[in-house]
Amino acid sequence: MSELRELYQQVILDHNKTPRNFGKLECANREQEGYNPLCGDHLHVYLQVDDDGVIEDIRFEGSGCAISKASASLMTDAVKGRSSEEAEAAFSSFQALVTSDVDSPVDEGQVGKLAVFAGVREFPMRIKCATLAWHTMRAALDQQTVPSTTE
Amino acid sequence: MTAPPPSLSLPPQAAVATPSNDNLDVEAVRRDFPILQQTVRGKPLVYLDNAATTQKPRAVIDAVTHYYENENANIHRGVHFLSQQATFAYERARGRVGKFLNAADSSEIIFVRGTTEGINLVARGYGRAKVGQGDEILISHMEHHSNIVPWQMLCEEKGASLRVVPVDDDGELVMEEYERLLGDRTRLVAVTHASNALGTVNPIAQIVSLAHDRGVPVLVDGAQGVPHMPVDVRQLDCDFYLFSGHKLFGPTGIGVLYGKRHLLDDMAPYQGGGSMIKSVTLENTTFADVPTKFEAGTPNIAGAIGLAAAIDYVNDIGQDRIDAYESGLLDYATQRLGELADLRIIGSARQKVSVISFVMNDAHPHDIGTILDSEGIAIRTGHHCAQPLMQRYQVSATARASLAFYNTRDEIDALTDGLVRVHEVLG
Repeated sequence: MSELRELYQQVILDHNKTPRNFGKLECANREQEGYNPLCGDHLHVYLQVDDDGVIEDIRFEGSGCAISKASASLMTDAVKGRSSEEAEAAFSSFQALVTSDVDSPVDEGQVGKLAVFAGVREFPMRIKCATLAWHTMRAALDQQTVPSTTE
Repeated sequence: MTAPPPSLSLPPQAAVATPSNDNLDVEAVRRDFPILQQTVRGKPLVYLDNAATTQKPRAVIDAVTHYYENENANIHRGVHFLSQQATFAYERARGRVGKFLNAADSSEIIFVRGTTEGINLVARGYGRAKVGQGDEILISHMEHHSNIVPWQMLCEEKGASLRVVPVDDDGELVMEEYERLLGDRTRLVAVTHASNALGTVNPIAQIVSLAHDRGVPVLVDGAQGVPHMPVDVRQLDCDFYLFSGHKLFGPTGIGVLYGKRHLLDDMAPYQGGGSMIKSVTLENTTFADVPTKFEAGTPNIAGAIGLAAAIDYVNDIGQDRIDAYESGLLDYATQRLGELADLRIIGSARQKVSVISFVMNDAHPHDIGTILDSEGIAIRTGHHCAQPLMQRYQVSATARASLAFYNTRDEIDALTDGLVRVHEVLG
């Protein structure tokens, strides 16, 4: 039961119920769909990246479990206003966090608010739920800028 | 399987003759399944994922162990004692499967890895020869991916098209549409006996009869049929019938393709290799007769023997009793889950096997699955390899409890209590 509480922490439940930056980003110049074929979870991440590679805005939409939705929501908060390199580093820290040994200490200085996802480590089948949004964001960042159109 | 609503014209004595659910001593049955005795996360295991795979009774485990300890050898090859023993056990298993399905002859029983491989075998061996450019294959909207993808691959290869019988809001096939879609170009109907995601039992005899009126053969995916009800392939008159051993309390990696002998005789082999030949020269090969023609390489001998033991076990309990017991349990589960205000059951066909798919407001199936797991309750969550069906009901996933005859009303109560906890945890 304590493991379950550890997984469904209040911050996660809150972001699940009222996700931040939720909905389509009309002025996006990069976007990517993320899909987990195992469970049917589906996400769409929109980015507005400026010429210097800074993520000026980010939004997401889609359907998923509490873990994947909260993870997407917290991710948008974590990378908004950051450079692509900083977002990439955040991805690596998050990935390292959720796939680390259950007993290994969590470096809160490095992952900040995302430390609430440490509980996922007890649930190996749910790691993909937590990382789906991050993989999708990363794939969107790797894309070439979509040229805006007046059509 | 739930009995259809009683007809007013039924003679009164029919009700008296119906076997009582009490006929099945579920506690005795549970003792036959070693795995059910364990605890999970400190709670007694409540295993409600039987449509994914079933647990194995001691009789099956013992049969496989006995084979490896006493009879293991390759079959149809050696003249030595053990090879004869193994060959005899394997072929006897085929005979028992044939009897179980009431096939006309045991040569109509092909051992495969499972339902998926069996469908692929028919798509290759039958479909490739009989389906051409512009032809049609007719499936239903409630098929498992294993009864969609092989036909899509065949259609792509041949320039044929896949037509789909729609499903109504209750989860039943729209039979008028089925009749309309059966056309001059239909070369095969491939339909499930019972839906793994909704529980719907399809009217196979009627489907077959309508198809045969137009000279179209019918393949039936029986993966969810055989575990829940007696199946008589000659009565259904279907042309192909498939099921998987592991969903019938037998081992994984063994399944059955039944085919009418004259169809199997005409079909090309699925794979080439040892066993499936009469003679081989470096220039040419003469294939063996049915069923050996379709069983290249060393088969899953232990699996076939384990499957036969599972069939014996099911027969000992009696499929009618299993059907009656599960039907009562399904009614109880439907009633209990119906008490939860924010829960919606998807699939309310008149005839169902003991499968309940559901969604809950503000709780994703994965979270439901994890929270139930913390109570030792195993259910399936996701799209159940039936994504087109999920799209039909506009959900990305459902939670599914699928019941077997070893499940109890206490376990249904545990499930209901667990579901109440979902909102406590998710807030």
